[in-house]
Amino acid sequence: MIRIENIEKKFGNVTALRKIDLEIRSGKVTAIVGPNGSGKTTLIKSILGLVKPDSGKIFVDGKFVNGDYSYKRHIGYMPQIARYPENLKVNEVISMIKDLRNSDSEINPELLEAFNLYKEMNKPFRTLSGGTRQKVSVLIAFMFDPQILIFDEPTSGLDPVSSSYFKDLVRKEKQKGKTIILTSHIMSEIQELSDSIVFLLDGKIHFHGSIDNLLAEQEEDKLERAIARMMTEVSNETYK
Amino acid sequence: MKLINKIFRYELSNVLRSKWIIFYTLFFLVVSYSLFAFTGNNSKAILSLMNIVIIIIPLVSIIFGTMYLYNSREFVEMMLCQPIDRKSLFFGIYSGTAVPLSLSFVSGVIIPFLLRGNVQNQFGLLMLLLITGVLLTFIFTSVSFLVSLKNNDKVKGLGFSILIWLLMSIIYDSIILLVIYIFQDYPVENSVIVLSLINPVDLGRIFFLLKFDISALMGYTGAVFQKFFGNTAGIIVSFISLILWIILPQFFAFRNFKRKDF
Repeated sequence: MIRIENIEKKFGNVTALRKIDLEIRSGKVTAIVGPNGSGKTTLIKSILGLVKPDSGKIFVDGKFVNGDYSYKRHIGYMPQIARYPENLKVNEVISMIKDLRNSDSEINPELLEAFNLYKEMNKPFRTLSGGTRQKVSVLIAFMFDPQILIFDEPTSGLDPVSSSYFKDLVRKEKQKGKTIILTSHIMSEIQELSDSIVFLLDGKIHFHGSIDNLLAEQEEDKLERAIARMMTEVSNETYK
Repeated sequence: MKLINKIFRYELSNVLRSKWIIFYTLFFLVVSYSLFAFTGNNSKAILSLMNIVIIIIPLVSIIFGTMYLYNSREFVEMMLCQPIDRKSLFFGIYSGTAVPLSLSFVSGVIIPFLLRGNVQNQFGLLMLLLITGVLLTFIFTSVSFLVSLKNNDKVKGLGFSILIWLLMSIIYDSIILLVIYIFQDYPVENSVIVLSLINPVDLGRIFFLLKFDISALMGYTGAVFQKFFGNTAGIIVSFISLILWIILPQFFAFRNFKRKDF
C-alpha cells in the first residue's frame, strides 16, 4: 500500500503537484490519467524518490520514503522513456542490477520468448530501438518479482502483440495481489486493466474512485468520453 | 560501503574503456619517456614534467569529469530506481572517475621513469610529482562535478569548466601580479598568501617547488609562501589546503546531488 500525504512540488515557477493526498491499495490496479504535463510522471517519480517533493510525505508499505531506500527493493518500475547507459549491453545492465540487488533472480525465459529478445541481449543499448528498450524495461520491472509495480505509459512504444502480452502479464500480477500503478493515454487499455482511477489535472486530483463510479457520475458509458467531459468541466470552472 | 564498491567497479570498467583515458595515458607515456630519455639531468626532466602536469591535469580532469557526469545521467537515473542510496551512488561515481584518471597519469609517468629515470636519487622527487598530480586530479574532478550538477545545460556547464580552468591556470597569475603592481606601496604579502590559497593550481605548484627549493621557479606567490611559512610548514599548509580543495567542492556537489530531481 502506498500512502501519499500532502505532497507539493514546484519546478521553478511551474507547480507540478499541489497538495496531493492519495492512497493506493494493494491487490488493485490504479490508473493515473490526465493530460500531458498534469503531473503524472512527477507523482510516480516522487514515489520512487527520483523527484524530491518540496513538502509532504510518502509512505510505501508504512515506510517513510525519504529516509530509508530499501523499500525500492520491492518496486519494479518501468519509466516512460527508457534510459540506459548507451555503451553497455543489455546483458551487462541486467547483471549489474542483479548484483546491486544481491539477487539471483533469472529473467523469465517465457518473457524473452514472447518479446523476441534473445537476439538483442548481447547488443549495446545505443543500437536498440525505442520499442526494444521498452521491452527491456518490462523485463527488468518484472524480474525481481516485486510487490509493487509501476508503469509509466507502458504500451506507448510496444507493438500490438507485445502490448497484449504485457496486459496479460499485468492481469496475472494483479491476481497475485500486487499493487500496480499505471499511467496511460489509451482509455480502452485503462478500462480493460484498472480497478480504480485517479484523474490528475494541473497537479491536483479531481477524481479518485472506481471506473464505474466515474461513468455514473459523468453519465457516460465510455471512459474516454467521461474523462474528456471531466476535463472540459474542470477547465470551464477555472476560466469562470 | 559495499554499494560504493560495486558502483566504483562498474564505473571503473566503464571509464577504462573510454578512448580518452587511453589517449591520456599514452600522452604521459610519450612525454615522460622522451623527457627522461633525452634530458641527461633527471631533476630537470621532473621539473619540466611538473610544468606540464600543472596545466594538463586540471584541464583534462575538469573537462573529462564534466562530460562524464553529463553522459552518466542515464546511468544515474537507472541506478536510482534500484535500492541504492544517493550517497553511495555519488561517491561511487566520483571515485570511479577520479581514480582511473589518476591511475592513467601515474602509470604514464612511472613506467618511463622506471625504464629511463634515475631511480636511486630521484625517487622521492618523483613521488612528490605523482602526489601533486593525483591531488590535482581529485580537486578538478570535484570541481567538475559541482559545475555539472549546478548546470543542467551541457554546453553551459562545459563552458563554465573551461572558464574555471583558464582562470586558475592562466589568468590567475596575471591577476596576482596586477594586485601586487597596484598595491606596490603597501605590504601585500599576507594578502598574496590568501590569494594563492584560493587557487589549487598555484597551491600544487608551491607544494611541489617548496620541496625542490628552487625559488626562482616558484613565482612571487611561492617565494612569499616560503618566506612566511618556511619550507616544512609551507608544505603542510599547502597540502592541507589542497585536501580542502578536494573536500569542499565535493561537499557542495553532493549536497546538490542529494536534492536533485531526476
